[in-house]
Amino acid sequence: MNEIPAPVLEWDLIAPLMVLGAVAVVGVLLEAFVPRGPRFVVQASVAIGGVVAALGTTIWTATRTDVLDGDVLARGQVAAEGALSVDGPSLFTWGLLLVLALLSMLLFAERRLGGGLSAFTGRAADAPGSSGEAEATRHRLEHTEVFPLALFALLGMMLFAASTDLLMMFVALEVLSLPLYVLCGLARRRRLLSQEAALKYFLLGAFSSAFFLYGVALVYGYAGGFGLAEVADAVASRTQERPLLLAGVALLAVGLLFKVGAVPFHSWTPDVYQGAPTPVTAFMAAGTKAAAVVALARVLLVAFGGAEWDWQPAFWAVAALTMLVGAVGSIAQGDVKRMLAYSSIAHAGFILVGVVGATGGDGITSVSSALFYLTAYGVATIGAFAVVMLVRDASGESTDLDTWTGLGRRAPWLAGAFALFMLSFAGIPLTAGFIGKWGVFSAAWAGGLWPLVVLGVLVSAVAAFFYVRVVLTMFFDEPRPDGPLLAVPGAMTTVVVTVAAVATVALGVMPGPVLDLAQQAGAFVR
Amino acid sequence: MGEYAPILVLGAIAAGFAIFSVAIAPLTGPRRYNRAKLDRYESGIQPTPVPEGGGRIPVKYFFTAMMFIVFDIEIVFLYPFAVAFDALSWFAVLAVLLFLVNITVAYAYEWRRGGMAWD
Repeated sequence: MNEIPAPVLEWDLIAPLMVLGAVAVVGVLLEAFVPRGPRFVVQASVAIGGVVAALGTTIWTATRTDVLDGDVLARGQVAAEGALSVDGPSLFTWGLLLVLALLSMLLFAERRLGGGLSAFTGRAADAPGSSGEAEATRHRLEHTEVFPLALFALLGMMLFAASTDLLMMFVALEVLSLPLYVLCGLARRRRLLSQEAALKYFLLGAFSSAFFLYGVALVYGYAGGFGLAEVADAVASRTQERPLLLAGVALLAVGLLFKVGAVPFHSWTPDVYQGAPTPVTAFMAAGTKAAAVVALARVLLVAFGGAEWDWQPAFWAVAALTMLVGAVGSIAQGDVKRMLAYSSIAHAGFILVGVVGATGGDGITSVSSALFYLTAYGVATIGAFAVVMLVRDASGESTDLDTWTGLGRRAPWLAGAFALFMLSFAGIPLTAGFIGKWGVFSAAWAGGLWPLVVLGVLVSAVAAFFYVRVVLTMFFDEPRPDGPLLAVPGAMTTVVVTVAAVATVALGVMPGPVLDLAQQAGAFVR
Repeated sequence: MGEYAPILVLGAIAAGFAIFSVAIAPLTGPRRYNRAKLDRYESGIQPTPVPEGGGRIPVKYFFTAMMFIVFDIEIVFLYPFAVAFDALSWFAVLAVLLFLVNITVAYAYEWRRGGMAWD
C-alpha cells in the first residue's frame, strides 16, 4: 500500500494557538469536574492564565520569525501546509487580540458590581421573569461556561486573522462566531433584549457565513485552489471567466464586511451591542473587528491584489458610506451602548479608508495603519464599555444617555476616563485616536484617494461634535436628582479602566514604539 | 460533459423514486387515524408536556440527538482512518488520539452536567 505522507506542522510557529486551544479544552473539563463553589474563581484564573501564556508564546514566536528578502518589508512564513500565514501582521494581531482579551476577561470575572454575581445569567434556560430565574439567583447560580466559550472565540479570531486559505478562513469564522452567539444571550439583566440580540446575531451571522461560503466556492471554481497564493496566481494569469471571479470577490466581501460591521451590512451592530452582556460587547467590539479587518485586508491584498482596479471602487463607496452612516447614526442615539455601536461602525469606515489606501512604499502602509488604528480603537472601546458597567441603578446598568447628565460632578475620575475615550474616538490630538486617524488618512493619501480623505476629515468633525457634546453634558450640566447610582468599582474593572486610559494617552503622546511595531510587521506573507 | 452522465442518471433515478414513493402512498396505504398520529412528533409516542403559558421544557430527546451526532461524527473520522491505517504514519495515530480526547472531553462535560439523566 502507498504511504500517505504526514502533514508538516511548524509547532513553534503555531504554538500560541495550541496553548490557547488546550486551555479552552481544559476549561470545559473544569466545568465538568470542579464543584460549584470554587468553579467561578478557578475558571476565571485559568482563562486569564491561559491568555497570558498564549501572549508569552506569541512574543516568543515573534522573536523567531525572520525578515524576508524582497522589495517590501515582510517577516515570517506560511505554516501548517499552507493553511496559516504566521507573518508580521498575524503576530501583531495575535498580540493585540490577546491583550484585548486579557482586559475583557477581567471584565468577565468582575463580580463586585452585581452584588457578588457576575454579569451573566444564573441559568440561561429559565424564562425571563419566571420563578425559576429568581430561584437561580437565590442559589447564586452562575454560568461559568462563559470563560471557555470566550477562549474558543478568541482562538477563532486568531485563526481568522492568520488564515491564508479560504477553507481555513471559513472554519475560523465559525469557531469565532458560534461561541459569540451564545455569549450574547447570557446577560443577567434585561434578558429579553439579550436573547433577541443573540438570535438576531445568529440568524444574520449564519446568513453572512453562507454568502462567504458561496464566495469561496466561486473563487475555487475560478482559481482551482483554496490557497490565497493560488488565487493570486490565477488572478494574475487567467483572463477569461472574469465574472466568476468578480462574483466570488463580492460574496466573500459580504461575509467579511458583515463581521467588520461595515455599511450596508451593519444593521445587526446596534441591537447586538446593546443586548449583549457589556463584557461580551467589549470583547466582541474590540476583538472581532480586529480579526475581521486583518482577514479582509489579507484576502483583498494577497488574493485579489492583482484585480484591485475591479474591487477598489466598491470599497471606496463602502468606506464612505460606513463613515457617514456611523457618524450620523451615533448622533441620534439615546442609549450609551447603541451610541458606542454606531461609533464602532464609523471606525470600521475609517479603517477601511486605510485598508484600500497605499499598499506599499516606504511610508505608512495600509496594513500598518490599520493595525495601529485597531490598537487605539480596541483599548478605548474596552475602556468605554468598562465605564458603562459601572454606571448603574437598581435594575442594572443605566445606559440611557440622559441619566449620564452631570456624571462628572459626582464621579470626576470615572467621567474623566470616559471623556478621554470619547476624545480618542473623536481623534483629538494627544490621544491614541488622533495618531490612528492620521495613519489611515496618510495611507489613503499616499494611495491617491484624496476624496475619501477629505470626506473622512469632514465626517470626523461631525463625529467630534457629538463626542464633545457627551463630554459637555457629563461635566457642565447639573446632575439629575434621579440619576444613576455609581457602583463601587471592583479591582478588576478599576484595572481595566486605568490600563485603557493610560494606554490611550500613552499611544497618543508617544506612539513611537507601537507604531514601530506595526510598521516592522511589514506586509502579508503569501 | 460525458463523464457527468452517470451522475445525471443517478439523480433522475433518485428523483423518480422519491416522486413515485410519495405519489403511491395515498393511493395504496390504509387511512386509520389515532391520537398519536395527529400529535406533535418528538422521537416517540408521548411528547413531553409543555407547561401552560410557557416555562422550562425538558430537552432530553434533544440531548440524546446531540450525543448521537457526537458519536456519528466520531465514526465519520474513525472509519476512513481504520481502513487506511497501514498507510498512515504515527502522526495520524496521534492526531486521531487527540481527536478522541477532544470528543471525550465533550462527552465528560455532558455526563457530569446531567445530560444523560433521563428524569
